[in-house]
Amino acid sequence: MFHLGLVPGRAWGALLCQLLRPPRTVCVRAVGCHGQVAEAVLTSQLKPHQEKPNFIIKVPKGTRDLSPQQMVVREKILDKIISCFKRHGAKGLDTPAFELKEMLTEKYEENLRLMYDLKDQGGELLSLRYDLTVPFARYLAMNKLKKMKRYQVGKVWRRESPTIAQGRYREFCQCDFDIAGQYDPMIPDAECLKIMCEILSGLQLGDFLIKVNDRRIVDGMYAVCGVPESKFRAICASMDKLDKMSWKDVRHEMVVKKGLAPEVADRIGDYVQCHGGISLVEQMFQDPRLSQSKLAVEGLADLKLLFEYLTLFGIAEKTSGEKVRTTETQVFVATAQKNFLQERLKLIAQLWDAGIKAEMLYKNNPKLLTQLHYCENMGIPLVIIIGEQEQNEGVIKLRSVASREEVTVKRENLITEIQKRLSES
Amino acid sequence: MADRAALEELVRLQGEHVRGLKQQKASADQIEEEVAKLLKLKAQLDPHESRQKFVLKTPKGTRDYSPRQMAVREKVFDVIIRCFKRHGAEVIDTPVFELKETLTGKYGEDSKLIYDLKDQGGELLSLRYDLTVPFARYLAMNKLSNIKRYHIAKVYRRDNPAMTRGRYREFYQCDFDIAGQFDPMIPDAECLKIMCEILSSLQIGDFLVKINDRRILDGMFAICGVPDSKFRTICSSVDKLDKVCWEEVKNEMVGDKGLAPEVADRIGDYVQQHGGVSLVEQLLQDPKLSQNKQALEGLGDLKLLFEYLTLFGIDDKISFDLSLARGLDYYTGVIYEAVLLQTPTQAGEEPLGVGSVAAGGRYDGLVGMFDPKGRKVPCVGLSIGVERIFSIVEQRLEALEEKVRTTETQVLVASAQKKLLEERLKLVSELWDAGIKAELLYKKNPKLLNQLHYCEEAGIPLVAIIGEQELKDGVIKLRSVTSREEVDVRREDLVEEIRRRTSEPLHIC
Repeated sequence: MFHLGLVPGRAWGALLCQLLRPPRTVCVRAVGCHGQVAEAVLTSQLKPHQEKPNFIIKVPKGTRDLSPQQMVVREKILDKIISCFKRHGAKGLDTPAFELKEMLTEKYEENLRLMYDLKDQGGELLSLRYDLTVPFARYLAMNKLKKMKRYQVGKVWRRESPTIAQGRYREFCQCDFDIAGQYDPMIPDAECLKIMCEILSGLQLGDFLIKVNDRRIVDGMYAVCGVPESKFRAICASMDKLDKMSWKDVRHEMVVKKGLAPEVADRIGDYVQCHGGISLVEQMFQDPRLSQSKLAVEGLADLKLLFEYLTLFGIAEKTSGEKVRTTETQVFVATAQKNFLQERLKLIAQLWDAGIKAEMLYKNNPKLLTQLHYCENMGIPLVIIIGEQEQNEGVIKLRSVASREEVTVKRENLITEIQKRLSES
Repeated sequence: MADRAALEELVRLQGEHVRGLKQQKASADQIEEEVAKLLKLKAQLDPHESRQKFVLKTPKGTRDYSPRQMAVREKVFDVIIRCFKRHGAEVIDTPVFELKETLTGKYGEDSKLIYDLKDQGGELLSLRYDLTVPFARYLAMNKLSNIKRYHIAKVYRRDNPAMTRGRYREFYQCDFDIAGQFDPMIPDAECLKIMCEILSSLQIGDFLVKINDRRILDGMFAICGVPDSKFRTICSSVDKLDKVCWEEVKNEMVGDKGLAPEVADRIGDYVQQHGGVSLVEQLLQDPKLSQNKQALEGLGDLKLLFEYLTLFGIDDKISFDLSLARGLDYYTGVIYEAVLLQTPTQAGEEPLGVGSVAAGGRYDGLVGMFDPKGRKVPCVGLSIGVERIFSIVEQRLEALEEKVRTTETQVLVASAQKKLLEERLKLVSELWDAGIKAELLYKKNPKLLNQLHYCEEAGIPLVAIIGEQELKDGVIKLRSVTSREEVDVRREDLVEEIRRRTSEPLHIC
């Protein structure tokens, strides 16, 4: 049917732009029209020449028609997504566009005002479905199913303020995949992430990153930091804005607007600015404060297991935080031995004077492993390591953090070598 | 114990009371009150059940499509869409609701069947009733003068499902339309060709396409002496000829609708006729009918249509039937309806009855009504009654005892011994990355028998078994689930071997 090859960049952009084009409006006279299916006996009492007041022809606010060009793009995308779901053995499911109002309001107290209600026309009270998850839960309960791996692709409706420019509509398509059932831990969870990666890679939208966390770690973290349980939800809501706001602003909101104690906020700050791969999980296990929380330890254990499976699935690097660096440090100055603080200070000053972005740990005698972990977490590409032997020989070890390859460089050539490496990457 | 029995009795009585109220159509408030009492009683009986405060069901007249039904639906849509595309149609989509005023005044008496959305402070909206009005709106909004488009989507009607068995309030429509000014009858012929191609490909049995023309009917009624005011009502009587005999129809027209008996007889002479192009020729010679300009126009176009249908090789499926009169109001030219000649039934099964599985016609006046300059955009189209077809296909598959698979998984990655989860995860990931549809059980140490059983249940054809010895030897055991034949395949050849096996033509239903 379709050729699922590469769409040239510009063509892709043009096609995507069409998806965001606002609907045109035309002013016409409304007169009688007709329907065509044999079952519908359509009778109109209007004669063609009868005048009706003008009204604007348009689609409802927040919705749009999809032209043939837009449908081609949509079908290609949905085809790839559904193929992936099927490849993983999911069954298709479809549910009605509306549900009993009481079914939906039970689950979405906060979002009641965003739901489209149907008019009370003498029958059941109905609302348009808000997502595909509540219908799925209803389907499972109705059919008394304990296990199901299903996908559902369908439209949902929300009376949000549509910002068409940002692609936010009131009627939009959702593509859900869920695994329901009691299984051995983390295997289905790993498969969900694998599916996400397969789909995002397959759509060729560019590099992507999947952030992973665990509710228990979050709750445990808040608890050990001293967040009162009554403020959990409120703090969560603030913390969620970290992908859009800076830590400073989020902290301000929590302390000033939500009445969180500043030292508690600072403790949280220490944690939430960490991101990394499985090494971060290991690190958190060692954290003296966090390991006090039984809940957090549970979550960490499951994440550790998850990362093992993700590695077997070949996607562990897509779930680390390395692609998004928060600093631009190029070289880290490290040592394997004690009493080398002065040397590090001298060395780092030389790097700074040469305009190289460099860091070192504010510790007299840091462990090498800790320093290397730091580099990994922060995404620092190079580390120079000095020790007694190197000092006697007048050399420095220059190591690539990612590949772990090490070379020995003469002290006087160090800066040149670093600059060469940095310009190559 | 006695308490529980007494409670159960109370629950039973209250349940009956509620049912009685519902049957008597008591006030909603009263019913709600009694239901609440019932739920309270039930909660006492079983405290854990009380968490569920509402009835677990889909809204009246709607249903979920289970995986099995989805599989059937997908097959049917696949056939239909392939045909539309073969004929060069584009596809569009429109929102599920329209501005209320877009739909107002379009459906006459049936307007009361429209689902309105509650006034929540914004625009007044209604769920779409069909795909034709949205189509006309789309053409007008985009100032298009021609398009060949199909649209498959659900529409919503507050029908009373009790009255007509199998009628849903939410159901799929599958429309194809050609809009634009073209040389006569060629697009019309293509619509009929598409209808025949689809119904043949679906293999739901023999079918017949009845055709007629609005102008012929108009002309015929005119020369028979039907007063203009009775036109529509006489049409609906005549239309019943496919279900009841002429005598009954005549009685209804004369007795119930006040038509003069001799007029009825004259109508009878015509409407009981059906045939091929020879009937068209015959009517062209008819002394009375040939006096009527409209009828002549219609007959002329039908003659041309038959020529094209013969060239398309489908004239044997077409019957010119003068009793075809349904859905007549806005058709301006040819109209058609496809019926199945026999529906597959088994002992104990309810026959679906005679009903149309597709219908359509030409409607030239529609878009012109939306256009501010009254610019005409002639249209001809068809609609496939897919819901009926879903049931027929489902029944047919059941009759043939064919298993409908709900997944497309080709291989299950299994392990023969314990502690092989890692290997399974690695292997299944390789298969996914190679585009092969694969699964594994979410169990660290599943029993081989359970894994094989899972394959049989789900209809998975192959299982790739990892074993300790095989790992050392660098092979995987590839087993056919049906034949139980096993062969050792080198790890590096596995993907190719699976591809080869799954591309061989299998039994297609």
